[in-house]
Amino acid sequence: MPIAIGLEGSANKLGVGVILHPTSTPPSPHDSAHSDEDSPQSRKKAYSPPAQILSNLRHTFVSPPGTGFLPKDTAAHHRRWVVRLVKQAMKQAKVKLEDVDCICYTKGPGMGAPLNAVAVAARTLSQLWNKPLVGVNHCVGHIEMGRAITGAENPVVLYVSGGNTQVIAYSAQRYRIFGEALDIAVGNCLDRFARVLNISNDPAPGYNIEQMAKKGKHLIELPYTVKGMDVSFSGILASVEELARKLEKSKSSDAPWLDAESGEPITREDLCFTLQENVFAMLVEITERAMAHVGANQVLIVGGVGCNERLQDMMGLMASERGGSVYATDERFCIDNGIMIAQAGLLAWRMGFKTTLEESTTTQRFRTDEPLINWRD
Amino acid sequence: MATTTKTTPPALPVPFTTSTTPLTLITQGAEAHLYRTTFLTPTTPAALKIRPPKPWRHPVLDRRLTRQRVLAEARVLAKCAREGVAVPGVLGLSWEEGWVAMEWVEGRSVKEAVRGRDVGDEEGLRGLMRRVGGAVGRLHAVGVVHGDLTTSNMMLRPVGDGGEKGEAGGLEGEIVLIDFGLAGQTVQEEDRAVDLYVLERAFGSTHPREEGMFGEVLEGYMEAFKGSKGTLRRLEDVRMRGRKKSMIG
Repeated sequence: MPIAIGLEGSANKLGVGVILHPTSTPPSPHDSAHSDEDSPQSRKKAYSPPAQILSNLRHTFVSPPGTGFLPKDTAAHHRRWVVRLVKQAMKQAKVKLEDVDCICYTKGPGMGAPLNAVAVAARTLSQLWNKPLVGVNHCVGHIEMGRAITGAENPVVLYVSGGNTQVIAYSAQRYRIFGEALDIAVGNCLDRFARVLNISNDPAPGYNIEQMAKKGKHLIELPYTVKGMDVSFSGILASVEELARKLEKSKSSDAPWLDAESGEPITREDLCFTLQENVFAMLVEITERAMAHVGANQVLIVGGVGCNERLQDMMGLMASERGGSVYATDERFCIDNGIMIAQAGLLAWRMGFKTTLEESTTTQRFRTDEPLINWRD
Repeated sequence: MATTTKTTPPALPVPFTTSTTPLTLITQGAEAHLYRTTFLTPTTPAALKIRPPKPWRHPVLDRRLTRQRVLAEARVLAKCAREGVAVPGVLGLSWEEGWVAMEWVEGRSVKEAVRGRDVGDEEGLRGLMRRVGGAVGRLHAVGVVHGDLTTSNMMLRPVGDGGEKGEAGGLEGEIVLIDFGLAGQTVQEEDRAVDLYVLERAFGSTHPREEGMFGEVLEGYMEAFKGSKGTLRRLEDVRMRGRKKSMIG
């Protein structure tokens, strides 16, 4: 039974995971021991039994409030932790070294220095254990893990994180990008807004914004920038930063900033609420457009921002109106992790894909539609 | 465009709720529902485009967007009509309720016309492609980009009393561009080039056998639009990279 270890470190999370794909032979007509309960669903399961997660560990580099994570420090963090994490993941997985089939690592996209730090670790393991390497596209990792966990078969995928914002649909062995952010990613917009308000980066700036937004109630006008199936966030960030400065100024002066309708003071929570409502409405809109375009009614949300429950709720409302449903995962799989790299890598390895030592480079630019998805029909 | 599942149509806006003419749902996109109805008199056919409220959006944001989009679409249509570009005229609208009523365009879509054509009629197709390019060229000449050019968003309106010919499957008729939901006013070459590129790709995937005819579209475009040279040069760049930029980070 194929087993893979996955190493991820394209941003500030270092993740190591071990996955196992239970192999099964397609049931033959003679093998009908359980034919009574052979519903179409259980039969499908018999062809591709769910992947087993043997271990899934993560260590996050958290920078102080008001700052972001810099490539150099993040790479140093990954180097410091990677040996400990690999050891622990192998111990927890309880697999013997000889049972591991391949070592999967993130080839890109992501930040150069952290990607390289982890690629060096992967190459070392490959040489040490004499196992093949499999370079994985980070975005494909997210999509494949989301599909494996939720069981969504052919959804439109919204991939939203600190580095990426894409609406993706599968077609002819590629994950095609239908819409995307034209400048900064939605998560980057949220993270940088958190810095202006000095919101903590622990556990994640987006999580803290989400909690604050629950207490906000006044909606302030922000730019709404959707162009067809694409979106843009840099202008929104500049505007909301301006609002944050206005709020700070009004606090120190005698003239508080009041809501025009209710006369209540505008709070930091209102700004978080406003930002979320605005950018999430944009994301749901482009997702809906892509769904109408390809005629799908399932939607899968992956990536760190995908943990946000408000985004999931909005998407759920949209999907149910179209007679479909939304699939999302929790922070273990939404946020960058090693297991997703292992999952996508193992799928490729089983199709005969390998990355030689010479080819085991990393790349900051690696589009989602580049890899051949030959494990899907 | 519409999904297989039937969703309940939105409540119709006021002047149409009392209409005795039944409304027929033509199509349902992501943004709007399109109905065929009559406007003011029972003999004036009209297309009614309704943008139903989106329950997931904050109501304040929802009203703002609906207002902006209804007005933007109507303004572009009005501008085109003023400048002599063939588009459906605006009959009425309400930004509060989110609807626009437009003139009904008779005829078939260019997509249907191309699919159902007499295959031997090479010259007819060539002429049609030139008129398609001409329509897009005139649109761009007045500073408007469509944003979603496909052969389903172009109607072939029978001219004069030659109407019967149009019905019979001929390729004669005037090109009328419809669905300006993603349109915008622009002076940038890039936007016009992307507009053409979208049409080129959509044409290729909708009419793979007629793909070689796209050159005729560009010919017609050049005749109708003086500034076409720059746009066509830019189109080369857009073709090279695709509509999307290469991804960073």
